[in-house]
Amino acid sequence: MLRLTCPYCGAAADETELTPGGEAHLTRHGPGSSDEAFEGYLFLRKNPYGVHFERWRHAHGCGKWFHAARDTRSLQVFGTYSAQVTRPPQDIIDRIAATHPGFDWEAGQ
Amino acid sequence: MATRRYSAFAVAREATRYHSGWERAWASPAPKAKYDVIVVGAGGHGLATAYYLGRNHGIRNVAVVEKGWLGGGNTGRNTTIIRSNYLQDASAAIYEKARSLYENLSQDLNMNVMFSPRGVLMLAQTEHEVRGWKRTAHANVLQGIPTEFIGPKRVKEIVPIMNIDGPRYPVLGALWQARGGTARHDAVAWGYARACSAMGMDIIQNCEVTGVRQSGGQVTGIETTKGAIGCGKLAIVVAGHSGRLADMAGFRLPVESVALQALVSEPIKPCMDVVVMANTVHGYMSQSDKGEMVIGGGADSFNNFTQRGSFHHVEETVRALCETFPIITRLKMLRQWGGIVDMTGDRSPILSKTPLGNCFINCGWGTGGFKAIPGSGWAMAELVAKGEPGPLSAEFGLDRFREGRFIDESVAAGVAH
Ligand SMILES: Cc1cc2nc3c(=O)[nH]c(=O)nc-3n(C[C@H](O)[C@H](O)[C@H](O)COP(=O)(O)OP(=O)(O)OC[C@H]3O[C@@H](n4cnc5c(N)ncnc54)[C@H](O)[C@@H]3O)c2cc1C
Ligand SMILES: [Zn+2]
Repeated sequence: MLRLTCPYCGAAADETELTPGGEAHLTRHGPGSSDEAFEGYLFLRKNPYGVHFERWRHAHGCGKWFHAARDTRSLQVFGTYSAQVTRPPQDIIDRIAATHPGFDWEAGQ
Repeated sequence: MATRRYSAFAVAREATRYHSGWERAWASPAPKAKYDVIVVGAGGHGLATAYYLGRNHGIRNVAVVEKGWLGGGNTGRNTTIIRSNYLQDASAAIYEKARSLYENLSQDLNMNVMFSPRGVLMLAQTEHEVRGWKRTAHANVLQGIPTEFIGPKRVKEIVPIMNIDGPRYPVLGALWQARGGTARHDAVAWGYARACSAMGMDIIQNCEVTGVRQSGGQVTGIETTKGAIGCGKLAIVVAGHSGRLADMAGFRLPVESVALQALVSEPIKPCMDVVVMANTVHGYMSQSDKGEMVIGGGADSFNNFTQRGSFHHVEETVRALCETFPIITRLKMLRQWGGIVDMTGDRSPILSKTPLGNCFINCGWGTGGFKAIPGSGWAMAELVAKGEPGPLSAEFGLDRFREGRFIDESVAAGVAH
């Protein structure tokens, strides 16, 4: 069972307490965007084999949305962080780089 | 390699000489420098693609490249339900093509795939489901696919071990496809592999594709753990790993990979001779020839490449099935496993050209592609051979997401199947 610590209320929440919200840090596109950009925003996903950044909601707890960094191959969790940011905090990036040499967040964007 | 036919005579002949004459079912060649077509992924869909390329289109200079062992992906991990009672016309066409090919597949491949058209019951346990299945039954009439909506009494006759009274999950009726059923998953992969090998195709196992070579917007070959191999055309058929291959080829997909699990009980005497699916409670069950109750349930809802799955799904599935099948409450679970399934937004597959020239992709079968293997291979072979989709695959292109032409099967396929 996956466990994530909610960065808002601090609870170590089991997966059954949480609702997954899919890939994080997407750029929102709407009216006025090109078809390509809109398709990318709505449907195309990184679906990475390895490090992944995603949105979760502490649905059966404080109810807040937050971000998590996780490895989809090992289920290793690198940390959770605020939903209010567009880039993961440096300490999480450092923790990922420690086990994934050469990890570059910017290059993956 | 000349392939000897399997037959009753062959069994009798071998019985008289200590079974010393059986040959390897397929060859294990080293890769050649170049092929007309390379298929990545020796699951059912990849192998069937290669088979119909040879059989229907005369293209036999083909390699199927597999990172592990053939049939070791979802093809060897699924619960083998075969049905074609889908809602949308495009889906009904390709799934029914597949189901009808399954009927003669053992003869076609000279391998007993144990196709068992025992019937598939999809339970209606809410008023919404009653309406949904009636709608599907009407759609199936128009598509020429024999299905019917039956009442609870008939359900009880077909499956006497079922508790139809509820109270939590009363059975209000069911969509019944008498010609649906199951087949032996390994034998499907093995049968196609053997037939491909007999046509002179190379099945290269333990060979992971690590890169896609291109020049001037056209694919020219692949890089693998056994070196570079050139190709005229490339077919990517790797289910949960489609995103990785697409990344190598330089495009993105509307696909997410998640774990889907199944489990089997200890073997018991025959008690249920049809397949039962219960979408409201996210569970389904059939009985294998060995007597095990084969049970499947919901998929994990987050991206995942560990072929395990979260345990609470097993608990939820079994808890709900116990209400409908009280006799299973005291059975022990024998084993549990997971596979990585490739989910699209409309729960329909992708058979498509890609932004890279001469590179084609077949993916997105998600939780329900075993039933589709022969039809998918048939349609994919046509797409690869002609470079343009034929009638079976035309609707399943990648562009449908940009254009909003979804083939919405989230009703027919609300649960893993
Ligand atoms: C638990 C479970 C239950 C299911 N139940 C049903 C059911 O009852 N009915 C039904 O119709 N469907 C069911 N399915 C779905 C079905 O199993 C799949 O849709 C189908 O098997 C997909 O076949 P495939 O050939 O596309 O993929 P796979 O069989 O997964 O084959 C893909 C192959 O590609 C290989 N590969 C991946 N990456 C690389 C690489 N880089 N280089 C080389 N090779 C690579 C893999 O090793 C694998 O062998 C179920 C799935 C699961 C997991
Ligand atoms: Zn919280």
